[in-house]
Amino acid sequence: MSFVRRHALTAFAVLAFGYLMLPIAVVIAFSFNDPAGRFNYTWEGFTLRHWQEPFGSPGLQEAIVASIQIAVLASIVATILGTLIALALVRYGFRGRGLTNLLIFMPMTTPEIVLGASLLALFLNLGVATGFWTIFIAHVMFCISFVVVTVKARLVGFDRHLEEAAMDLGANPFTTFGRVTLPLIAPGIAAGALLAFALSVDDFVITLFNAGPTITFPLYVWGAARVGVPPQVNVIGTLIFLTAAGLMLASVVMQTRRPKGTT
Amino acid sequence: MGWLHRHKGIVPYLLLLPGLAWLALFFLVPTYYLANTSLQTGSIDVGYAFTWAWENYSDAISTYHEQFVRSLKYAGIATVAAFLVSYPLAYFIAFRGGRWKGLLLLLIIAPFFVTYLIRTLAWQTILSDSGFVVNALQTIGLLGDGDRLLATSTAVVAGITYNFLPFMALPLYVSLEQIDPRLIEAAEDLYASKAKAFLRVTLPLSLPGVFAGTLLTFIPAAGDFINAELLGTPRQSMIGNVIQSKFLVLTDYGQAAALSFTLMAAILVLIAIYTRVLGTERMGV
Repeated sequence: MSFVRRHALTAFAVLAFGYLMLPIAVVIAFSFNDPAGRFNYTWEGFTLRHWQEPFGSPGLQEAIVASIQIAVLASIVATILGTLIALALVRYGFRGRGLTNLLIFMPMTTPEIVLGASLLALFLNLGVATGFWTIFIAHVMFCISFVVVTVKARLVGFDRHLEEAAMDLGANPFTTFGRVTLPLIAPGIAAGALLAFALSVDDFVITLFNAGPTITFPLYVWGAARVGVPPQVNVIGTLIFLTAAGLMLASVVMQTRRPKGTT
Repeated sequence: MGWLHRHKGIVPYLLLLPGLAWLALFFLVPTYYLANTSLQTGSIDVGYAFTWAWENYSDAISTYHEQFVRSLKYAGIATVAAFLVSYPLAYFIAFRGGRWKGLLLLLIIAPFFVTYLIRTLAWQTILSDSGFVVNALQTIGLLGDGDRLLATSTAVVAGITYNFLPFMALPLYVSLEQIDPRLIEAAEDLYASKAKAFLRVTLPLSLPGVFAGTLLTFIPAAGDFINAELLGTPRQSMIGNVIQSKFLVLTDYGQAAALSFTLMAAILVLIAIYTRVLGTERMGV
């Protein structure tokens, strides 16, 4: 009986993982497809053409460049602002902590479409033309909360004796922060920055509302979806997937190895 | 520096200031402008003016209540479906994952590594009329010859389920992972059947994960318009589709803002009810 149950659960898990992987497999497979018309829906034949010129579709390269520029700028700013908030929350007791937590929590639980619509309402009423910089403002806004949560998780396990030791040895607060605190919390900050970058590159809904004439990669895909998505989009999608999966895999492998090294 | 040392109490506020100012300026202030816009009338040609136009709300709701109900219904079904797939999966990883846990979790969030729009377009390919899923279902007779999957409500709900599944699976995993297996063993030692041990020990202990997972799935699902746009037809359109086209195509800002606000309010009310119901249930356990 327990034998059957154990295997039923395993079988279910295998099926569920297959379901999760299926669209990813389709994205990768159709980057090698040689579509007959404008639509890349049915398998017509194998080709490496799209991989040889991944930017072969007009406007695609500009869209990717815009996406990367926004993501780099937004993740840097959001990481700095978010890390400072996380430091204040973990290190200091102060009045207004509950309100601070609420303000950080709320953007994460508001539907994206409401976030995007509110910002557009702001820009419309103030007469601000939407474009590159309004996308940047929006991305920093929704990334801050995620950086705070990520960096906070790292700070909570921090041994403050190390800082006290540095101070006892004559380091001033700024040297202590730069030479002791920062290197120790750097992995948390890096994780927060990567998350912010990933969220920014992938964001579609909030960007759509505040983009004006600027076209990011998701907006390019949205526009192309009506007239037929070029297979180059699958190539870029595959490259993004491989990069993100590779980074995550590396961090998982490092985490699994660490206990062995330390014990 | 000496000044900072004398006024130590001010340090946390200096750290908070830039980030919270950004959130206040670009999250709180915009919410005010959304409320303000929802009471404005006008058009792109003559301009917009604040006129306490409460009729924006009544007009919007009487015209679009169908899309509202549909959004909440689709989001509800997708949340339940995501739960039914995620719970056994999270259970499997937490209790049978062994040293592969990290890798299996990676597989769960792998869909997030593919751009949202691209993975939804992949479902368009999978569910298309000439695709293998439709062919297989027609062969075994579950689908008639002329029947489709794409452009149906099934496709839209399936897309929403897939896209938000990791939001359900991760909190479930976290709460299941924290359960001490000895508690389950103890229940079995005390002659509880496997089923009873699960219902009386494992399930109640995982309720915080169920709670977080359902909220994290339902909220974005209710506001979604991408799945309805790419996998459905106008007959499957959700409230997100209406808000999007009113803001960005029709420039009917007053009603668009009124609909956004109503969506927020509807979600908050549902969450409040849900919190009460699940809260009392947990006390009963």
